[in-house]
Amino acid sequence: MPKTLGEKLWDAHVVRSAEGEPDLLFVDMHLVHEVTSAQAFEGLRMSGRRVRRPDLTVATMDHNVPTKGGFRAADELSRKQMDALTENCRREGIPLHQIGSRRQGIVHVIGPELGLTQPGMLIVCGDSHTSTHGAFGALAFGIGTSEVELVLATQCLPQRRQGDLAVNVSGDLPLGVTAKDVVLGLIGRTGTSAGQGHLVEYRGPTIRALSMEGRMTVCNMSIEWGAKAGMVAPDDTTFKYLEGKPHAPRGQMWEKALDHWRSLATDEDAAFGGVIDLDASKLEPHVTWGTTPGQVVPVTGRVPSPRSETDERALRYMDLLPGTALADIAIDRVFIGSCTNARLEDLRAAASVIQGRHVHPKVHAMVVPGSTSVKRAAEDEGLDAVFKAAGFEWRNAGCSMCLAMNPDTLAPGERCASTSNRNFEGRQGSGGRTHLMSPPMAVAAALTGHLVDVRELL
Amino acid sequence: MEPVRRVAGRMAPLDLADVDTDQIIPKQFLKRIERTGYGPFLFYDWRARGNFVLDRAEYSGASVLVTGANFGCGSSREHATWALRDVGFRAIIAPSFADIFRANCYKTGLLAVTLPESQVRHLIDLVSEDASAEVTVDLEAQQVRGDGFSYRFEIDAFARECLLRGLDEIALVERHETTIATYETHRAPWLPTVN
Repeated sequence: MPKTLGEKLWDAHVVRSAEGEPDLLFVDMHLVHEVTSAQAFEGLRMSGRRVRRPDLTVATMDHNVPTKGGFRAADELSRKQMDALTENCRREGIPLHQIGSRRQGIVHVIGPELGLTQPGMLIVCGDSHTSTHGAFGALAFGIGTSEVELVLATQCLPQRRQGDLAVNVSGDLPLGVTAKDVVLGLIGRTGTSAGQGHLVEYRGPTIRALSMEGRMTVCNMSIEWGAKAGMVAPDDTTFKYLEGKPHAPRGQMWEKALDHWRSLATDEDAAFGGVIDLDASKLEPHVTWGTTPGQVVPVTGRVPSPRSETDERALRYMDLLPGTALADIAIDRVFIGSCTNARLEDLRAAASVIQGRHVHPKVHAMVVPGSTSVKRAAEDEGLDAVFKAAGFEWRNAGCSMCLAMNPDTLAPGERCASTSNRNFEGRQGSGGRTHLMSPPMAVAAALTGHLVDVRELL
Repeated sequence: MEPVRRVAGRMAPLDLADVDTDQIIPKQFLKRIERTGYGPFLFYDWRARGNFVLDRAEYSGASVLVTGANFGCGSSREHATWALRDVGFRAIIAPSFADIFRANCYKTGLLAVTLPESQVRHLIDLVSEDASAEVTVDLEAQQVRGDGFSYRFEIDAFARECLLRGLDEIALVERHETTIATYETHRAPWLPTVN
């Protein structure tokens, strides 16, 4: 029987299937970070359990690490949380990429960099943006802390089978329009919950033409329209990215793996539970105006009239009036970073917009690379110098102002052009106002001091 | 985990859709390494702004939260369900929940109950007019009952069983140790290991 990519991935990981019960799935790689793991390790200790497969578990520090001024946490609680992770990893023999180390970075950036994210795998992490890894043709999703404990103890996870959705994207991306605009445009159309209960496969020529970085950006935001997971079938772009990565298979194993990976794509006659078509050639750069990623419009547009109480509430919080041209909205801060948009390609795209110009005097802008490796690679090609010369701050790797658990936060009332994934109330700091957009759009905003169509600057 | 059969008590209304877990428990309170003690930080920013509905005296002590669609969207933080439990909520009724949040509710022993929009609207209207209105969320009978109404709800049969019997899910999975070990011997040889 023909199968979708999602069905193939699911079936390959079923350890046990019984009538009336969820399938028991085997987890190929469990990614761990400091914020959602301490209680899980504590639970293990209380029940006298150990980590079943420390060799399939890898940890990093990302959520509350400082991004400047050395590697010491800014507050006592953050330090305690990081110490707890260090101690838990030491006791259980789990490799930890801790703060200050060569490979430290945002968990969803370092997995792919290390070659730990491969086609055909099932990957989980106590973090909703785990969907990022689906870009490799892996089944990857976020879990809660109790589930982290369950996976630590058993390397398995009981899960109900999900539906399958296809998102078909066709047409060439116009100049200045990026993978971020594809996914923002999609969420603008579907709303914030249409993906619930589904594995989503992003398909079509536009997706095939995206780099791995672009595919990761799209898959990353699957959770923002409620999907259980988002994925892209692996192809030569995937294999080229993976080859030679530290944990990628080598020699004969590489050839064997390739044969298997090539068989993962959705079969021709396989049926999806639903199909969404998107014409990328008609997309424009997108910017959110509200407090959910679904409250989004093309930058050429205006703040819409509210259609619900949620909209009205969002307008009040964002201090915006319906009918205001997006381009008339002044900003105070710019954040280029996060697991959505802080890979090398994102930083290159951002830097290319600068062209000798300078950050607007009223704007504070910063670039936070997704990992220490990205930072190093960017410095090797001189991107840091381009950003710094333009007046951007160049920081160390971490989640930083995507969720503002570290000292990088917006002050109340500050308005930020951000390449991150969530514009929820207070997400980047209590009272802060977030507009989500692509890295080139964020740079354009930094240079002009207001939201602006990046195409005017290219 | 303690078995959960039914929750009976007063309701509190939060008449909003798309309430994300960043609102339920803001990130500055995710640094604790315990599973309890989050109650004071529930909806912290909204409470700090004043006049927050859940702070009204008439809703104090409510055990059932009635709210809008897509409740618990966003971050996977289980701290959100811990905080709701810490202030005394034992059941949440909404037209829909985000997937990870719903799973977290079950692990925390919170009944996340989905009812059609019109029935949720009735409950919100009811408790907005009469804060003393009581409901029973009966997991065994799969009903939300009150004065003059009884609404049937659907729930994953396995999750229901785990809640009713207070089962330790890790122990349940551990019973399949032999099957897991057999699966492990058949995994593809190129799959990565980290040590």
